[in-house]
Amino acid sequence: MLNTDTDILSAAQTWRREGRDVALATVIETWGSAPRPVGSHLIIDGDGNFLGSVSGGCVEGEVMVEAADVIENGQPRVLEFGVADETAWRAGLSCGGRIRVFVERVD
Amino acid sequence: MRADILAALNEERAARRAAILVTQIPDGSQRLVRESEIEADPLADTLRKHFASGKSGLVETGEGQAFLTVQVPPVRLVVIGAVHISQAMAPMAAALDLALTVIDPRTAFATPERFPGIDLVAEWPDTAFAGPVPPLDRYCALAALTHDPKIDDPALAAGLRAGCFYIGALGSRKTHAARVARLGQTGFTEAEIGRIHAPIGLPTGAVSPAEIALSVLSEIVAELRRAPRPEVA
Repeated sequence: MLNTDTDILSAAQTWRREGRDVALATVIETWGSAPRPVGSHLIIDGDGNFLGSVSGGCVEGEVMVEAADVIENGQPRVLEFGVADETAWRAGLSCGGRIRVFVERVD
Repeated sequence: MRADILAALNEERAARRAAILVTQIPDGSQRLVRESEIEADPLADTLRKHFASGKSGLVETGEGQAFLTVQVPPVRLVVIGAVHISQAMAPMAAALDLALTVIDPRTAFATPERFPGIDLVAEWPDTAFAGPVPPLDRYCALAALTHDPKIDDPALAAGLRAGCFYIGALGSRKTHAARVARLGQTGFTEAEIGRIHAPIGLPTGAVSPAEIALSVLSEIVAELRRAPRPEVA
């Protein structure tokens, strides 16, 4: 069953071995009632297939857009999401929490 | 993340060994630190705390923020004895995310009716650890609850040899004194035998099987979350 964060890392390795482009997103910091704990993983491939989660589905779309960039240029980046953050990001967390997500390419 | 680092991290997990991936947030550079490599790492003190807590998190370092992806094997609880206390313990262990295995060669005790949905092995401990049950390791807690030396002693010996983080044995002080003598004769040192928690469980004055199960699980959690002492680390 692909349900734990460590299983996600195994899947990342499998996807990469299959020759797919892969980006790994990790929740590195949370404030308030964030839906997924620190250390949660989401992987995204070059075609937009994904596995795992960094939120309850609120910001995955935005992370996937950023992941495409990260896959393209290889530069890791930190994304921040929160309800008070509408100027920086379109997506927000309806639960009122805030999260920071680190996105990197799996080489 | 480099492919070789990801592969190494996955390999450590498959082998049930703890490891921490250190990611420097400013530039994304990474290194994998296995538990055996902590002492040589510049973040040794911090890493030791995170190995103990099992929690991932951000830390401040001389080179800016770093994120620690902490990977520790899931804790297993191996109970010797398909007894009343074990029955009470099963749902509590599930609530604590402890993967439970119950071993008891007495087929009258080890029945699926008494342990529905539980990983139950009706074998002698040595046979169980040689086959159906994965070998004990330091991320296992072992509780010997049969009161029968023929069943409990071999399991306790296996637990001591494997370095289980928690080993407990049911029985009075008198029973335990006899057990200490027996284990001593099989070659275990006083310090090794001293790792066995007996009488088992936190001293809560527990009476019912469920209360005893709770006190045993509390003792296991206390041992699991205790920060490592410098002399052992």
